[in-house]
Amino acid sequence: MSEVLLEATNMKMQFGGLCAVDGFNLTLRSGELVGLIGPNGAGKTTCFNCLTSVYKPTEGVVKIRSVDTKRLRPWQISKLGMTRTFQNIRLFRDLSVLDNVIVAGLQHTRHSLLDSALRTPRHFIEEARLKERALELLAIFNLQDKAHLQSGGLPYGEQRRLEIVRALATEPRLILLDEPAAGMNHSETEELMKTIAKIRKDFHLAVLLIEHDMKLVMGICERIIVLDHGVIIAEGTPSEIQSNPTVIAAYLGTED
Amino acid sequence: MTTEDRVARFKSLGSIPAPMAAIVLLSLVGVLLDTSANPYTQFVMLLILTNVVLATSLNLVNGFTGQFSLGHAGFMAVGAYTSAWLVTRPELSGMPDLVKFLILPIAGGALAAVAGLIVGLPSLRLRGDYLAIVTLGFGEIIRVVLLNSEAVGGARGLYGIPSAQAVPELGLSPFSAQFLVASVWSVITFVVLWRIVHSAKGRAFLSVREDEIAAEAMGINITQIKVRAFVISAFFAGVGGSLFAHSVKYLNPSTFTFTKSVDIIIMIVLGGMGSFTGAVIAAAIITVLPEMVLRELQQLTGVDLRMVIYSLLLILFMILRPSGILGTREAPELWRSLRDFFQRRSVSEKPQ
Repeated sequence: MSEVLLEATNMKMQFGGLCAVDGFNLTLRSGELVGLIGPNGAGKTTCFNCLTSVYKPTEGVVKIRSVDTKRLRPWQISKLGMTRTFQNIRLFRDLSVLDNVIVAGLQHTRHSLLDSALRTPRHFIEEARLKERALELLAIFNLQDKAHLQSGGLPYGEQRRLEIVRALATEPRLILLDEPAAGMNHSETEELMKTIAKIRKDFHLAVLLIEHDMKLVMGICERIIVLDHGVIIAEGTPSEIQSNPTVIAAYLGTED
Repeated sequence: MTTEDRVARFKSLGSIPAPMAAIVLLSLVGVLLDTSANPYTQFVMLLILTNVVLATSLNLVNGFTGQFSLGHAGFMAVGAYTSAWLVTRPELSGMPDLVKFLILPIAGGALAAVAGLIVGLPSLRLRGDYLAIVTLGFGEIIRVVLLNSEAVGGARGLYGIPSAQAVPELGLSPFSAQFLVASVWSVITFVVLWRIVHSAKGRAFLSVREDEIAAEAMGINITQIKVRAFVISAFFAGVGGSLFAHSVKYLNPSTFTFTKSVDIIIMIVLGGMGSFTGAVIAAAIITVLPEMVLRELQQLTGVDLRMVIYSLLLILFMILRPSGILGTREAPELWRSLRDFFQRRSVSEKPQ
């Protein structure tokens, strides 16, 4: 069996009287591609926020590569090899495309702020490497020509793509994608599906995907988890999910 | 040694001449001012350099890291009093005079940096207005402590603070020696802060300003970044305070009120939050304006209109140019756009 990257056991998130996520269980192994779906307000993004320590789960344990994340801050989660993109794009809008990627690569550099302040040789070596790596990544996603443009001014689809590039620059083992296809048209979604398959293969990544676009989810996910009102109501392969009566009821309602 | 190492070493050495040249150039300006300007103008020139240090250092926190600090005068006071107190110590009397005055800002800066750490740590959980209030309170605490410390003169303050002596071996008069000290430190401040911000490491400060949640998700320790911003900024505020003490030669707690912090904030708001060039330009304008222009106006009208004009200026700027004189642009970009502008004009003027 391959290595377990992410393990959530009985995770619960309560906001006052509202139980946004209740009893969430998930085991994600390296190389897997899992979809997390559910109607609006089902608690999918809350799940992501709990897994990445943006929220502290009220109950339950989250382990990333066997490390309990209870006392970890989100930046430490990133160091463990898990990263994410955001549903409402959160680029560093005033920074250039290149700088967005460079910032994400910083955790793998060995020079200090003092090196940069004094412009020591180490500063130049590390910055050159960082820049080179960032440009390589941008080139994979056809963004290299836009490296010096302000990221906030990119077209929507490219901003989404840049978010993925930025996440990859942290050199993750596992990436959480929060509605990467939101607001994309048919051909863009098609393109995105290829991209996800590609990064998964080229970077040996495990992917956890929140998505509303059923064609995308059913097309690429091996396993799907369905969430409704904070509770997992079904789990299985795409074909199992498509014929599951509970899932259909959650999305479309029951007859009576 | 690999080629990569050699290139890096070469680049590293290549980063030395420019600041050196800037210091030499500024010192020459000092020598020139010494022979041609009256003592009052000379004093204002020293103040400009001091304010450049203060404005650029505050810009790191307020402009680049996106935190709102209102306590810069407090850090400045720590540096000023430390320096003024140390300069008369008999233990330091053996040191060559110019060396002593070049080193004193480090002492002032170091203590201010400690103060920056003390404020930085608890304020990290706070954002926006709340952080502003804490830093404001901190600045006031420093002032009140100084007001009640008899060791540094209490409410009377410290006067007769020595400033740099003439160095005949280098052909420096007292003023040009003090101007040299101020030049060295304003160049160091500018260059260090510029290099921090214009490096990959420094982009982390900007990422915190842009989006804290995203920065944290990308592995940036935002707590550490904010503390660093506060400590570095406070260090250079202390340096600025030290320069201030030896330029003005008189310190009083009432100099370091909330208004002083606001003065510095006005400099960076007018210059452009997130532009060092803008901060320098605005620091010069804001220093010269009240001292030279508004003083004349006051003598003419008999009322002190300084604060009125400040406020009007600020209101006008917020309406007409909310991003300040330069926004986030720096000198090189300015140069490029000017060049493009003139090139375009010369092209369009060509006969068809």
